[in-house]
Amino acid sequence: MSDDNRLVIEVKDLDISFRMPTGDIHAIRGVDFELRENEVLALVGESGCGKSITAKTIMGILPENAVINSGKVIYHGKDVEIDLLGKKSSWRRKNINGSKIAMVFQDPMTSLNPTMTIGAQLITSIRSHKHSDRREAYSRSLELMREVGITDPERTMRQYPHQLSGGMRQRIVIAIALSCDPEIIICDEPTTALDVTIQNRIIELLENIRRARGISVIFITHNLGVVAKIADYVGVMYAGKIVEYGTVFDIFYDPRHPYTWGLLSAVPELSDDKGELYSIPGTPPNLAKEIVGDAFAPRNPYALAVDFKAEPPLFHVSGSHFAATWLLDVRAPEVKMPDALRERINRMKQEGREYVNESE
Amino acid sequence: MLKYIGKRLLISVITLLVILLILFLLLQLMPGSPFNDEKLSPEQVAQLKEKYGLDRPVIEQFFRYIVNMLRGDLGVSYSLSANTPITELLVNRFPITVQIGLASMIVGTFSGLVLGFLTAFFRNKVLNFIYGLFTLLGIAVPSYIFAMFFSYFLGYRVDMLPLLYDFRTPILSTVMPIMAMSFGVMSVIARFAKAEASDVMKSDYVLFAKCQGLPNGTVIMKYVLKNSLMPVITVVASLLVSLLTGSLVIERMFSVPGVGGLLTSAIDSNDYSVVIALSFIYSALYIVVMLLLDILYCIIDPRVRLGGRD
Repeated sequence: MSDDNRLVIEVKDLDISFRMPTGDIHAIRGVDFELRENEVLALVGESGCGKSITAKTIMGILPENAVINSGKVIYHGKDVEIDLLGKKSSWRRKNINGSKIAMVFQDPMTSLNPTMTIGAQLITSIRSHKHSDRREAYSRSLELMREVGITDPERTMRQYPHQLSGGMRQRIVIAIALSCDPEIIICDEPTTALDVTIQNRIIELLENIRRARGISVIFITHNLGVVAKIADYVGVMYAGKIVEYGTVFDIFYDPRHPYTWGLLSAVPELSDDKGELYSIPGTPPNLAKEIVGDAFAPRNPYALAVDFKAEPPLFHVSGSHFAATWLLDVRAPEVKMPDALRERINRMKQEGREYVNESE
Repeated sequence: MLKYIGKRLLISVITLLVILLILFLLLQLMPGSPFNDEKLSPEQVAQLKEKYGLDRPVIEQFFRYIVNMLRGDLGVSYSLSANTPITELLVNRFPITVQIGLASMIVGTFSGLVLGFLTAFFRNKVLNFIYGLFTLLGIAVPSYIFAMFFSYFLGYRVDMLPLLYDFRTPILSTVMPIMAMSFGVMSVIARFAKAEASDVMKSDYVLFAKCQGLPNGTVIMKYVLKNSLMPVITVVASLLVSLLTGSLVIERMFSVPGVGGLLTSAIDSNDYSVVIALSFIYSALYIVVMLLLDILYCIIDPRVRLGGRD
């Protein structure tokens, strides 16, 4: 994890609206981030904050009523730089999708074709990018299935999706995503639809594969536990914007945005037996209306008068850490994070140290 | 698979027996009789009833009917064309109805699928307009209006096609009835095909296939078509039965000598045996088509074929 790694994906000033019969919905209101080789970037936030739309933009699979108002998605190859948004979708399908960037969907129950065998789906995917004959593609499929931990690949090849469990299906989806050796994988909540017991195994599988293959990952989730475990960088999204961005340590140990405070406070803790689970009051704003000031202001107990008038810029906290909140302005009164959260972070740091000591 | 089909067959037979029983009982409740002729004396009526076995208890009539039916004997017509075996009536009239029905089915389904799928795949304005116009007309306008329209232009003004069914030109004579009947089929099929294909194209597995960079042709052939055909087949099957049993109106308008006309006349003249035979054949056709449909599902959809868990 360092800035010396080669850039692979750069998203610049992305701004997307959806045309609806009742008016436009401004779903993405300026998203910037970059992903470097071998790194994991987590995008976190509530439902509807634009995480998945960002992923779909990178893959070029936005619904028809989406309009990209501005922005760039730059793919950095070994020695090329391509703005994907400037390319036709057929070009992207042929040259980028699958072979350079792949995506794992949220629900393995719906992301496989119900009328095709697992084998046929794997082979179709392999042969769409590599000119290999059926036998080669078949043995490659077996290899891929072993890589994702399927014990009886020959049998599974002949099966249909409905004959497999959710966890197995997600492994197959991962195998298909890996089939054309992508450099980047976007995981859109890959474990949300699975049993809790399976979730961990899938996360571990993804983490092992990522390390073994040196793949860069954009991991979309609202599970902060998973983020802490696998991410190098974290982007906290709210109402179509990244409101805080930093390394995983910045976000978990030194959060600055009141929304991030809220998210971290809302994580259930096993050791916490006192009181109710915290939840951020209110609901995300209606993106069909124009937002004045900070989108989070109405739910923010620390909101300043300026928050309702002007949108906060991204303030630098450190070289790698940014947050869009007026609290970081020099003129702002000093506001500390809630005490309960501070205690919690101290506990996390303690546990983190113990964890590191144990593993050493 | 075989066990499944066996089970379905058994259920079908039981269903048919129940239908037959209900038909029998319903006809008993109907006022009048095939011998409602004022010229017949009560003695003559009693004699006729005895001749045809109509004086026996209903249950006995029912079982005798089933036994004879199994021997391929559907009885004779009482009044319509007295003493002609019904099988003979049917043999003369069914082929033409089936011919017109099947042809309209094929023409309608094919054009409907093409129109619906093309509109879903290529979403351009011209296609959308044609689709909207045709489906709206096909669903809103009854088939006899089309029949009149075609009769006027193709039959009368241009004089290409015979206005009424003509035994000397059996193929040309069926063109207009087929056109009139297939229009409605086309619009129903087109609507279903378009709705299904559009849904499937938004599904996760199609998006996933696109993310894997599969070319458009592969996505459409292997992902969209197969998955959107299934619901369409159900519609096709239920339309098929209504077409095979003939359109009363269309057969009348073009004076096609099919079973549609036979049924109306039989009901008019209280010709019980013909009504029962025809109603029974309609039900049987429906059940057979549904059975074939289920078997077809097994072939297309692995989830049904393998007794899936979903």
